[in-house]
Amino acid sequence: MKLRANLVIGGALFATVVVAGALAPFLAHTDPVMDANLMNAEVAPGSEFWFGTDAQGRDIYSRVLYGARISLTVGIVSQLINTVIGVCLGLSAAYWGGWWDDFVNGLTNLMLAIPSLIFALAIMAILTPGLTSLLIALGLTNWSYTCRLSRASALSLKSQGYVQAAKVLGYGDIRIMLTQILPNILGPIIVIGTLGMGGAVLAEASLSFLGLGIRPPFPSWGSMLSDARDQITTAPWISIFPGLAIFMTVLGLNLLGDGLRDILDPQSRARTA
Amino acid sequence: MLQFVFRRLLQAIPILLAVAGLIFLLFSVIPGNFASTQISDGRAVMDAEAVERMNRQFGLDQPLATRFATYVGKLATLDLGTSFRTRQPVWHLIGERLWPTMQLAFASMMFAILIGVPLGFLAALRPGGIVDTVSMVTAVSGLSLPKFWLGLMLMYLFALQLGWLPSFGYGDGALRNLILPSIALGVAPLALLARTTRAAVLEIMNADFVRTARAKGMSERRVVQWHLARNALVIVLTTVGLQFGSVIGQAVVIEKLFAWPGLGSLLVDSVSLRDIPVVQGCILVIVLFFLVVNMLVDVLAAIIDPRIRYS
Repeated sequence: MKLRANLVIGGALFATVVVAGALAPFLAHTDPVMDANLMNAEVAPGSEFWFGTDAQGRDIYSRVLYGARISLTVGIVSQLINTVIGVCLGLSAAYWGGWWDDFVNGLTNLMLAIPSLIFALAIMAILTPGLTSLLIALGLTNWSYTCRLSRASALSLKSQGYVQAAKVLGYGDIRIMLTQILPNILGPIIVIGTLGMGGAVLAEASLSFLGLGIRPPFPSWGSMLSDARDQITTAPWISIFPGLAIFMTVLGLNLLGDGLRDILDPQSRARTA
Repeated sequence: MLQFVFRRLLQAIPILLAVAGLIFLLFSVIPGNFASTQISDGRAVMDAEAVERMNRQFGLDQPLATRFATYVGKLATLDLGTSFRTRQPVWHLIGERLWPTMQLAFASMMFAILIGVPLGFLAALRPGGIVDTVSMVTAVSGLSLPKFWLGLMLMYLFALQLGWLPSFGYGDGALRNLILPSIALGVAPLALLARTTRAAVLEIMNADFVRTARAKGMSERRVVQWHLARNALVIVLTTVGLQFGSVIGQAVVIEKLFAWPGLGSLLVDSVSLRDIPVVQGCILVIVLFFLVVNMLVDVLAAIIDPRIRYS
């Protein structure tokens, strides 16, 4: 029952955000960047402006819809980059061992010692704020858990009979890793990837909130919240809706990740509840 | 035990050195530097000669290897360099900001431990019950909340609407000023601790030694006190240590929101101004803080569970 509830609620929340982002041009009432009108500044939520308007008179509902596109792009792409890096390093370290394994282990420990948001912040200092920079910063700083997990799972599999059989048949190292080991460790990797996506959405919002991510006037949920700080007393709705959108997206991804773990990685269910 | 502590200290040194090297290299590949940033951002008007003089003054005209050697040499004497912006020693700037950040980190972890651990424990004692359901829903929600948004909402409710607490500022470190930022920062570790404690207690509850204790006729209170709590504590402690890193990282956003004069806000300001020595120093001190906390946690775990000492 719990398994279905996690998956259904998480999947529904995530699907809502995906649909909202994909259909934003059709669902939005106004252009999220261009349609500023000071005559409509700080209008409370109502029938005309469902989520109210901000200090520039822009429709918050439309901006929240378009914001989903940025959050989902950052969440999915940066997590994909992290997963590819983590899996490649973890698999190869487990399979080849030796100095390469020591090097990857050292690098993983190093990455684990630096809080990922701090590291992403440092990378953003080098790059010009924007979507591509965010993808690079968040895609390079959160692969250590995937690497550890892939390495541990691959280590237990590399001595299995079918891997040895593939070696005897003359398969190359890369082919064995990709066709014999990877499919058997995919479950936990999908789970950690889904949970990591939620983390990436939060990190994007945090960096944009600090003014180091997506720059205004483009509608990122984090930068919308950053702009809304000054109007919290007079127009709290400017802060409420982008925050709720982030919460819904991350909650959906976390529930989905938990649900997938129950199915794909039942052994860890007892460990993490 | 001393040997264990010494071994853990030795393990921290290469990590610190590697972090220093990585951060140095990262900032050495930046196209442009403090002087050019000042000009491009319109903060200063400088001619080419002034830029050159500034680069010479900060040693930025030296080859990379020379700069790295100088940097490591200074680090060995605990010199983190001089701020490009204020011309003050980095240690001095960090020293002023370290205590507020530590206060915030410890207060939020205390909040997380004091509520999260009992909540997880109670949830595990009656799996599937009301406490379990409520605490786990709270935990999943807590992990999904953006901290700065939660902070903003707390600020709106408790400071601006009810007027019970100050909306921002340090206020000489008064408890009143610490409450809202600590709650905003502590909710995610609270959620994780509740989940971890519940999972740890559930796992230990099914262990052979607990079953044996009950079979021997030991009272439920003693089973919980001597077997469940003690064994779960090691797992909870490890989570606390790891969460410190996350709390320090997230403190950056909360400090900025609540105008808290900590290391995080110094880091964000220095990042946008490309005051590299301060950025490097802040990151190094944050990593050092994280390593020290984790070492202390490991030592505590080794005191509680002798198996760790000999592994």
